[in-house]
Amino acid sequence: MRPTAFNGPTEMTGISGWLGAEASAALALSLKVSVVATLVSLPFGVLTAFALARWRFPGRQILNGLVHLPLVLPPVVTGYILLLTFGRSGVFGGALAELGIVFAFRWTGAALAAAIMAFPLMVRAVRLSIDAVDPALEAAASTLGANRLWVFLTVTLPLILPGILTGAVLAFAKAMGEFGATITFVANIPGETQTLPTAIYSFLQVPGAEPEVVRLVLISVAVALGALALSEWLSVRVARWVAGR
Amino acid sequence: MTLAVQIQQKWPSFALDVEFDAPPGITVLFGRSGSGKTSAANAVAGLMRPDTGRLVLGGRILFDTAAGISLPPHRRRIGYVFQDARLFPHLTVRQNLTYGRWFAGRDDDIEMDRVVEMLGLAALLTRRPSALSGGEKSRVAIGRALLSGPDLLIADEPLAALDEPRKAEILPYFEWLRDETGLPILYVSHSVTEVARLATTVVVLEAGRVIRQGDAAEVLGDPTVTPTGIRDVGALITARLVAHHSDGLSELDAGGIPLILPQISGSLGREVRLRLPAQDMILSRARPEGLSALNVIPGTIISIRDGEGPGALVVLETAAGRVLSRITRRSVAAMGLASGMTCYAIVKTVAIAAPDAGG
Repeated sequence: MRPTAFNGPTEMTGISGWLGAEASAALALSLKVSVVATLVSLPFGVLTAFALARWRFPGRQILNGLVHLPLVLPPVVTGYILLLTFGRSGVFGGALAELGIVFAFRWTGAALAAAIMAFPLMVRAVRLSIDAVDPALEAAASTLGANRLWVFLTVTLPLILPGILTGAVLAFAKAMGEFGATITFVANIPGETQTLPTAIYSFLQVPGAEPEVVRLVLISVAVALGALALSEWLSVRVARWVAGR
Repeated sequence: MTLAVQIQQKWPSFALDVEFDAPPGITVLFGRSGSGKTSAANAVAGLMRPDTGRLVLGGRILFDTAAGISLPPHRRRIGYVFQDARLFPHLTVRQNLTYGRWFAGRDDDIEMDRVVEMLGLAALLTRRPSALSGGEKSRVAIGRALLSGPDLLIADEPLAALDEPRKAEILPYFEWLRDETGLPILYVSHSVTEVARLATTVVVLEAGRVIRQGDAAEVLGDPTVTPTGIRDVGALITARLVAHHSDGLSELDAGGIPLILPQISGSLGREVRLRLPAQDMILSRARPEGLSALNVIPGTIISIRDGEGPGALVVLETAAGRVLSRITRRSVAAMGLASGMTCYAIVKTVAIAAPDAGG
């Protein structure tokens, strides 16, 4: 695995021309991994946040701890646990492989690692917004004939939309930057599992590849700042729409 | 349709144990704050689950611990008008109004149009709740509950959060509901004015128990029932509007006794409920002359009750109905008042304020 620091004759244009083939592939993969990780984990994140905020059930504290575990564990440990559970010979990995879903050393594994690492951030953001919803409004909806699912879909969900958007953008930004769990679980294979951070890491190992590193760092900073700005703008806009002002 | 209520619920520091019926018309759950009124209403709506009890609405069992039945709120068909309106902030007024209709599977525009017109909501339909005044929010909340096609309407202190002019604006809508819709209404209140204006039946709660229930005039005219304090004691009489005078006064006929009031609305011949606060009634042994007060009601003393303080409550039987007067014990002694004596109850026209007089 030797990253090419300087590209030969370039036929590429725009960002990919500026970045070079390998770095462009890493950026594209990172975007794909982060978008998929965010979108697929979003429903689970909302459900988990709702369960933690509203339901009282045995094991609630355990679930809460599990959700927050990736936040406090060393990422490399999380990656190793993923390898044990979702690797080809892992508990779930073996079963899923028979269904044709393989995570180990695939971009899907990078998405899984990113989703797990971003999950606590997403759940926290959504849960905060659920805590801010007045249960009295939900009670009012139930007296008007809405069952619990409809109350959730027509009252709770629209009211927590700003929190969901914030959570999704935070999770996306976190997924873009995920390193430790990803490299442990799916390694650093250019074009397959090499994401923006692992590409930066690879280029850092190559003497004279600083220009590549700087470009990728700039891209990372731009994506992170863009995500924050978008999240801020969206949540203000949506909060205003929800409140009818 | 009648609601039969029987519920028991224990909390660490409070116990609710009530049994009452709510026939068609407005049944007011009356009592001071903390007497368990709202808990009882929430139990009826299914927002709170009592330990034991039974709730039957027009033959439909909503809740029965013995039979293991407890319908969830959304299947009880009970409209609830909350004190704080609880409109959905993310929906327009129109969407708020149609929210319950959709679940009830009704989309007849006629009823929608009628409610919108009756509550004066036409100009508000495209607005969001954040752009409504307190009174407008209340009206939308009433409309929303009505349009869900309920078998029973619960209103939990719907006027408590409003200022006096807004209260005067909303009260007639409840009178309209009582007189025109035939819907049984459970109305939670600690305001004797609202009870006097609206109640068909009164259920008086104290410390989680029903201490009295019955016809509004009967309960309010009973000097032994003073859930919100002696100052709120007063008689409830019914009179007929007979004339509007050019000097801004209206004349009513209460069992042959003429009563003069500040102008009230309505066409001649309409029935008006009048609350005569006991502490505004002056007693005289002789028919007074040269007096500014315009209303003199002759009657016979049927009882005199001494209170804990310096006051006494005198109950008169008159042609207009039972009338209560709260005077000092000193006056009782000085005038030599006793049961069976003929007496004149006098009240200033302006003492019968508009909120106390209603249809």
